[in-house]
Amino acid sequence: MPPRPDPRDAPVMQRTTPLIEVTDLRKAYAGRPAVDGVSFTVEEGEIFGILGPNGAGKTTTVECVEGLRVPDSGTVRVAGLDPVTDREEVTRLLGSQLQESELQPKILVREALELYAALYPNPADWRALAERLGLVDKLATRFAKLSGGQKQRLSIALALIGNPRAVVLDELTTGLDPRARRDTWKLIEDVRDSGVTVLLVTHFMEEAQRLCDRIAVIDKGRVAAMDSPAGLIRRSAGSTVITFVPSRPLDNADLVALPEVATVDHKGDQVTLTGTDATVNAVITLLAQKRVTARQLRVVDATLDDAFLDLTEEHESATPGRAA
Amino acid sequence: MTTATPARTPRTPRTPRTPRTARPVPGGPALAAVLKAEGRLFLREPGSLFWILGFPTALLVILGLIPSFRESNPDLGGRRVIDLYVPVAVLLGMIMASIQAMPPVLSSYRERGILRRMSTTPVRPLAILGAQIALHGAAMIVSALIAITTGRLAFGVALPFSRPGYVLTMLLMTGCALALGATLAAIAATTKAATAIGSVAFILMMFTSGVWLPVQAMPDLLRTVVGLTPFGAAAQALDQAMLGTWPNWSYLGIMALWAAGLTGAASRWFRWE
Repeated sequence: MPPRPDPRDAPVMQRTTPLIEVTDLRKAYAGRPAVDGVSFTVEEGEIFGILGPNGAGKTTTVECVEGLRVPDSGTVRVAGLDPVTDREEVTRLLGSQLQESELQPKILVREALELYAALYPNPADWRALAERLGLVDKLATRFAKLSGGQKQRLSIALALIGNPRAVVLDELTTGLDPRARRDTWKLIEDVRDSGVTVLLVTHFMEEAQRLCDRIAVIDKGRVAAMDSPAGLIRRSAGSTVITFVPSRPLDNADLVALPEVATVDHKGDQVTLTGTDATVNAVITLLAQKRVTARQLRVVDATLDDAFLDLTEEHESATPGRAA
Repeated sequence: MTTATPARTPRTPRTPRTPRTARPVPGGPALAAVLKAEGRLFLREPGSLFWILGFPTALLVILGLIPSFRESNPDLGGRRVIDLYVPVAVLLGMIMASIQAMPPVLSSYRERGILRRMSTTPVRPLAILGAQIALHGAAMIVSALIAITTGRLAFGVALPFSRPGYVLTMLLMTGCALALGATLAAIAATTKAATAIGSVAFILMMFTSGVWLPVQAMPDLLRTVVGLTPFGAAAQALDQAMLGTWPNWSYLGIMALWAAGLTGAASRWFRWE
């Protein structure tokens, strides 16, 4: 994977105190640990993703950040404040969009915006927010009559209405059609660009890869890995996938001996290798040496999907289908 | 627009922010905004409005159309049946508001995550419950006024407002009924359960308030037992007040005890999610 000059990849370590700091967080329900020692920090101005399979403890983690749940142990700080004991101050700094949370069915969009604006000491101008989120046509519509995408846009508006320093967005795009999902991604980027830090909970790889500056992969209540999306992909065993059909069979030993090759797989005539850029060059050299031509040669960068499967695999031993 | 949304200059990205600890949490204005929003929503429930405000008086009018109910009855100490039914209509409005209308609203706010959403704002979710409780309380009073006024205008039933015992009983019973509704919302896990539990409680409360048989016409033993229930005690106290005497302190005490006990139960058992 060639290192791309993405500013989002730049380390953010030189900044001073993180805006959100979670240290060794633990929370169990009825003796069953949901979050089992999670630590991460979110720096001001970034989109930080919490990625994981369903039931991994993502929502419980952010609910502790929002002050909706009291941790069993560990500490949570938002701008240095404890969300449980300094609840009022934290609610003014942190906007929230909750998973599966609705509004009163008959409340009009305008009324909801007015109401939530009135709950904060320094509210944003709700009209400007409605315009930014494309809700102007819907101001006189009841909540129950909004489409899924419109409801989510309203929930983003309400999360932003207190002029927060950070917003927590939990499974924002679940249940949206692909188009609405893409529109929502654009909005999240706009939010970050306006200077608001975003803590994004998702189980969509594509979403995390596209939006997040850094990601904590959570699996079974623990952080399996934390890095930029590109970093996570680089970290996984085979970050580049090479497939081709050789004009005549190649000796498997030659393939396995290639530099930095992670896996070799034969499916009929087709050969699939995973490795790095170095492997790509070596394959081309090998083919030239052996005077073998390759048909249907494809070189594909591994996606976050692959990295994610690798990371969660380490936890639960091998999953079939990715054997060498 | 009465809520505070001062025109703000657009925020430039990454400006250093001033600490906001100096600003107080918007207490009064925020609570007023919650009450205003919930008030509008309350007015958008025609079903609830009919059962609370319209139905008790409609029943009173139907009973009043029966000629014999408008005649003095020696079994009732010379009073007419319609005289006994005005306080019943007052209590019926309270039953409709507290048992039929309010618990499903409160449960659905929990079920839909509206209370959780509010807990992530500087205002506590108790504000939204408080607004709903206050609105249902206000509806009970309005319903009572409609029934009393209709009784006076249509059937010449004496107005009770000069009788402090009547007004006191009405206010005490309003509080008691609201506590009862809040308790139902607290113990019902879902909106469906709230409606189901409410239906059972509804029949009981209708009976004890004397909708089918005025408490004064019940056999002695039954009347004594019914007098221990909140609506039964209220029916007796309202009747005594109408007869021009101060209600027995035992009835007022029973209502106060129920109100206190139910308030305690509701606040102890209410689950926010």
